[in-house]
Amino acid sequence: MVLDSPVLEVRNLWASVGDAPILKGVNFRVMPGEVHAIMGPNGSGKSTLANVLAGHPLYQVTEGEVLFRGEDLLSMAPEDRARRGFFLSFQHPIEIAGVRLDQFMRASYNAVQKSRGQEELDALKFDRLVKSKSKLVELDPTLIRRSVNEGFSGGEKKRTEILQMSILEPTLAILDETDSGLDVDALRVVAEGINQLRTTDNAVVVITHYQRILEYIVPDVVNILSNGRFVKSGRRELAFEIEARGYDWLQETEDRVGVGP
Amino acid sequence: MATPEVISRETGLGDSGYKYGFVTDVESEVIPPGLNEDVIRLISEKKNEPEFMLEWRLRAYRHFLTLVEQEQVPQWANVDYPPIDFQKIVYYAAPKPKVTLKSLDEVDPELLATYEKLGISLEEQKRLAGVAVDAVFDSVSIVTTFKEELAKHGVIFCSFSEAVQNYPDLVKKYLGSVVPYADNFYAALNSAVFSDGSFCYIPKGVRCPYELTTYFRINYAESGQFERTLIVADEGSYVSYLEGCSAPQRDNNQLHAAVVELVAHDNAEIKYSTIQNWYPGDEEGKGGIYNFVTKRGRCQGVNSKISWTQVETGAAITWKYPSVLLQGDNSIGEFYSVALTKGYQQADTGTKMVHMGKNTRSTIISKGISAGHGSNTYRGLVRVNSRADNARNFTQCDSLLIGDQCSAHTTPYVEVRNSSAHLEHEAYTSRVSEDQLFYCNQRGMSTEEANALIINGFCKEVFRQLPLEFAVEATRLMELNLEGAVG
Repeated sequence: MVLDSPVLEVRNLWASVGDAPILKGVNFRVMPGEVHAIMGPNGSGKSTLANVLAGHPLYQVTEGEVLFRGEDLLSMAPEDRARRGFFLSFQHPIEIAGVRLDQFMRASYNAVQKSRGQEELDALKFDRLVKSKSKLVELDPTLIRRSVNEGFSGGEKKRTEILQMSILEPTLAILDETDSGLDVDALRVVAEGINQLRTTDNAVVVITHYQRILEYIVPDVVNILSNGRFVKSGRRELAFEIEARGYDWLQETEDRVGVGP
Repeated sequence: MATPEVISRETGLGDSGYKYGFVTDVESEVIPPGLNEDVIRLISEKKNEPEFMLEWRLRAYRHFLTLVEQEQVPQWANVDYPPIDFQKIVYYAAPKPKVTLKSLDEVDPELLATYEKLGISLEEQKRLAGVAVDAVFDSVSIVTTFKEELAKHGVIFCSFSEAVQNYPDLVKKYLGSVVPYADNFYAALNSAVFSDGSFCYIPKGVRCPYELTTYFRINYAESGQFERTLIVADEGSYVSYLEGCSAPQRDNNQLHAAVVELVAHDNAEIKYSTIQNWYPGDEEGKGGIYNFVTKRGRCQGVNSKISWTQVETGAAITWKYPSVLLQGDNSIGEFYSVALTKGYQQADTGTKMVHMGKNTRSTIISKGISAGHGSNTYRGLVRVNSRADNARNFTQCDSLLIGDQCSAHTTPYVEVRNSSAHLEHEAYTSRVSEDQLFYCNQRGMSTEEANALIINGFCKEVFRQLPLEFAVEATRLMELNLEGAVG
């Protein structure tokens, strides 16, 4: 029997913006089929971690190694990461004036398909694919004819991100504060959509401030990020503890660790 | 006789990615460089023109001379280039044999191959359905397709030279009626030396069943191209016309100084589209076409409409302001423009909407894209005369910047002499942001694909105005032009 190899393995990852270090030695591993939650207070480096893994040019990796399906992720261009099955659901999805959402999604889908030597879809066939997927997140069908994210509500933006995830079927999806700006109903819809996309082969990393979304997407592992590194790791119960106690007690723990022998 | 691909995309030698930079090896009949009355007489003689044409040319030339003496070369545009030596230009170059062709079979196969390569098939079986083409090569029109079918509808579509021979009364009536030879420096030069171009006349009540297309090609190295196009839409008629342009890739600058005149009578509509892809010069800004063009339409009749759509991706320098004189009551003028400057290209382009009749309306949508060291200026005038009651104008001029070496400028002029006028002006300048590119990258698109997508989105309102076949071509052309230009 072949043992499962990790989808993602992050080893001692350091990253900065300009001269300011933000990630200070992050280590974790995500196995196929897993849901991995990363929680942390504002400014702890959660979004930086997501963006660094996706290859945003604003961030420089100063140390460490990341393996994605056994390959060196950090040496790949952002589009190559995406084409190999890495997906980031943006905390703040970007607006693109004049570019219709369906055109954007088709350009994306076909770029990925092309890189894999698989069939690219014409507008008609792609339309069918989108229709079949839209139900998953209960997306207003008129939205896909509008400019990408332009004038979308917070909920519409997040639904759209998950729609794209469902179309691209990534091996690893990082959801960066997908729950922020969603009301309870929208959160449930989006979370259920994400759950339906889960398989034994892919994995999801949920980045969040609150444990609310984790009531719907049940994590196998919960890591707490604080000041650029993981300060506590646990199972689902850790998220409940955060909900009850906040993040401050972890900060203190970390400080003690910092000065300890 | 082989066609040497001097520098072309296919051979991989082209550094600027200009796909149309090849030279066709044809024997040309060329007159020596230089400009004087004899040259003008010679051009007129070669074209076997009636006396009125020669006289008109000579009047234009004499006016041009006074402008030269007074140093009236236009200086106001936001473009920069060394003075042009008008004595070094060849004013007439034509492929041999001289062209009095009865059918396509008589056209030099090299010329057909040239157009084939440019994606313009002149052969019957390969023609784009519903598109009639006039092919102008250097100074002459080599062939016009679909002529007979058009004639059945009474539509005249032929080279300007032929029109002078066969329809002298129409030419005499309309030539210079919208753009007089004294209009401006380059219009005067063009009027003196113009060699060919297209002529269209749509009779009363006829909706022209074909898209009329002229494809201009500069081939000869030292020549200028001075084309003249005249389109007249008689009462209640409709025509859609499109011009395309390209030229070989060369180190010297070549002058293209065209004049286009449109006349729309009562209830007539002219839709004029341009896809301009002259050689833009290399990456260091060497070579390229100077595209100095005067285009103007007159909405002469009531309820008439003239719509200009232009996609300007080529030329080292573009200087053109397709305009509409809104003379007839309730007439409509439109201007839709995309101008892309990359490398060291410069464009100063826009429109003039002159409201003269009552209830006249105009729309201006201008999209300027600057990349590399490109400079892009929108210059527009909206004038409402005192008797133009209830005039309406909507202007939107947007600029998109790619990179930090390029520039965008907007110079809108407004002159209103009637208090009932209603003018709206919107403008924004944006940049293809790092975040937008990253977002596209994250979804698997390369930076080039992302740029093309974002830019096509930016241009969408204008591309939508193009006839369908050409909208696709325009999109493709933008992508080609952006390859390697951004990133």
